[in-house]
Amino acid sequence: MANVIRRQTPAARLLRGVLYGVLIVAGLFYALPLIVMLMTSVKPLSEISAGTLLSLPQNPTLEPWTKAWGEACTGMRCEGVGGYFWNSFAIVIPAVLISTTVGALNGYALTKWRFKGSELVFALMLFGCFIPFQVVLLPMAQTLGWLGLSSSRAGLILVHVVFGIAFTTLFFRNFYVGIPNELVSAAKLDGAGFFRIFWRILLPVSAPIIVVSVIWQFTQIWNDFLFGVAFSAHNTQPVTVALNNLVNTSTGVREYNVDMAAAMIAALPTLVVYVLAGKYFVRGLTAGSVKG
Amino acid sequence: MNKSTTRIQARPTASGWLQAWLPRLVLAPSVAVSLFFVYGFMLWTFVLSLTSSRMLPSYDFVGFGQYSRLMANDRWWVASTNLMVFGVLFIAVCLIIGTLLAILLDQKIRQEGALRTIYLYPMALSFIVTGVVWKWLLNPQLGIQAMVQSWGFESFRFDWIVNPDMAIYTLVIAAVWQASGFVMALFLAGLRGIDDSIVKAAQLDGASLPRIYWRVVMPCLRPVVFSAVMILAHIAIKSFDLVVALTGGGPGYATDLPATFMYTHAFNRAQIGLGSASAMLMLGGVLAILIPYLYSELRSRKHG
Repeated sequence: MANVIRRQTPAARLLRGVLYGVLIVAGLFYALPLIVMLMTSVKPLSEISAGTLLSLPQNPTLEPWTKAWGEACTGMRCEGVGGYFWNSFAIVIPAVLISTTVGALNGYALTKWRFKGSELVFALMLFGCFIPFQVVLLPMAQTLGWLGLSSSRAGLILVHVVFGIAFTTLFFRNFYVGIPNELVSAAKLDGAGFFRIFWRILLPVSAPIIVVSVIWQFTQIWNDFLFGVAFSAHNTQPVTVALNNLVNTSTGVREYNVDMAAAMIAALPTLVVYVLAGKYFVRGLTAGSVKG
Repeated sequence: MNKSTTRIQARPTASGWLQAWLPRLVLAPSVAVSLFFVYGFMLWTFVLSLTSSRMLPSYDFVGFGQYSRLMANDRWWVASTNLMVFGVLFIAVCLIIGTLLAILLDQKIRQEGALRTIYLYPMALSFIVTGVVWKWLLNPQLGIQAMVQSWGFESFRFDWIVNPDMAIYTLVIAAVWQASGFVMALFLAGLRGIDDSIVKAAQLDGASLPRIYWRVVMPCLRPVVFSAVMILAHIAIKSFDLVVALTGGGPGYATDLPATFMYTHAFNRAQIGLGSASAMLMLGGVLAILIPYLYSELRSRKHG
């Protein structure tokens, strides 16, 4: 579907101009919040009250960033969002690694070693992608208590793994369905076992889907707020919870520049992933939704 | 094919037995986890919703009392109505903007990649960040209203976020900003998958461009529309972070959604039974959308 509007006539050229105009205005709508956020985060407070959203910073300063990182108050504590930023990494990295590994093995077992009921097992697990998490919050809180994992990083990692494997299994299953079974059958006849076949045949071709799964899980877990706010204490909170606390701390003067710097800090890792791996990011977002 | 080769492997030795059962053993933990953490927890929440639990879970059953309390609760009705308003507008506006942008971007645009990147990046952000940023943009004293007023339009008003009647629409604005680029990406992928010859044929028949899109292209995209609606509805029902960060449910509880209603009652107001009942109704809402979707998916798989 392209090449439908042609360029010859003046009318068509005008149409083309309008087309670009609309696209650029739309681009501004999406880009402006980020631009405003960035500009505000390097303005001193006095410039914020004197100017408007779009006035350029006169004396750019990184002070709001250092304050957001190390001193700003999130609730009762005034130690910035830096520590929480690392908390998020400490939760995200193991959770992504575990859920992706488990998802890969599940997808492999479900497609290359079908057994009676394996489709049912898949359908059963898939449902985890769709439940509203409010349904599991209260039992989860109690279960984490029993396991001695209340308010701990390990507890949050467990939660993210448990509800992540539904997605990772879906990704890998749909990917491995497309890998010819003959490859696996031949290896089976040669006497290769379950893990050997996975390691030597499936894994070497899995790079694209591993990237999709890692990006999906990374953004999901990094951006999580609900589990973070329900299952963590002040020293294990992820950065999203800290950011929300910082913005809603009601004591003292509202420091909008610090708020915006903290928001940038909370947004940076996923933005970096998006910029570096944009193609795979889109694939992760659309995975399984257009055609599996 | 698979089955026969597995049978060759399955000698009556210990290692042969292990090989045959290994796939199931590998899946077992995940299945157990799903059964317990998904299905078990759903059942558990349902059980809690039948009790009089307040601060702590207790197991004295009161039947469907919590559900009738919920039905009599003003705040729940505000939350449910809000979800309808928010969900319908959010889905409709995302679809319109996403479709339009995809069609426009599909006209051999220079810098298409750059524009696509800009449209889509909000999806990478967390709803908390989106909420924080839009709270700032919508702040009447400092945001868009103040900016337009400083340009000389003194009477300009855009104070929806502090207006109980309008605040729900600020959620729509922020959520559309975040998710419409994703719909655009879905539709663009769909458009690229359409066979050019159908369009060429319609052109030869002298159909105008809008007509081609409306009568030829859009019908081909029905599955994409369906997927997009599913995903957006799902986002809408789950919306929790955005409300917390953008409006905090306020002014008053004017922008409460079922998701925030549940959290507030279960965790802050010591109403575990009532919170559980509301969670079950949310689940019911998701199922009402999901089951027809899965049904049609399965049916199309069979035919395809």
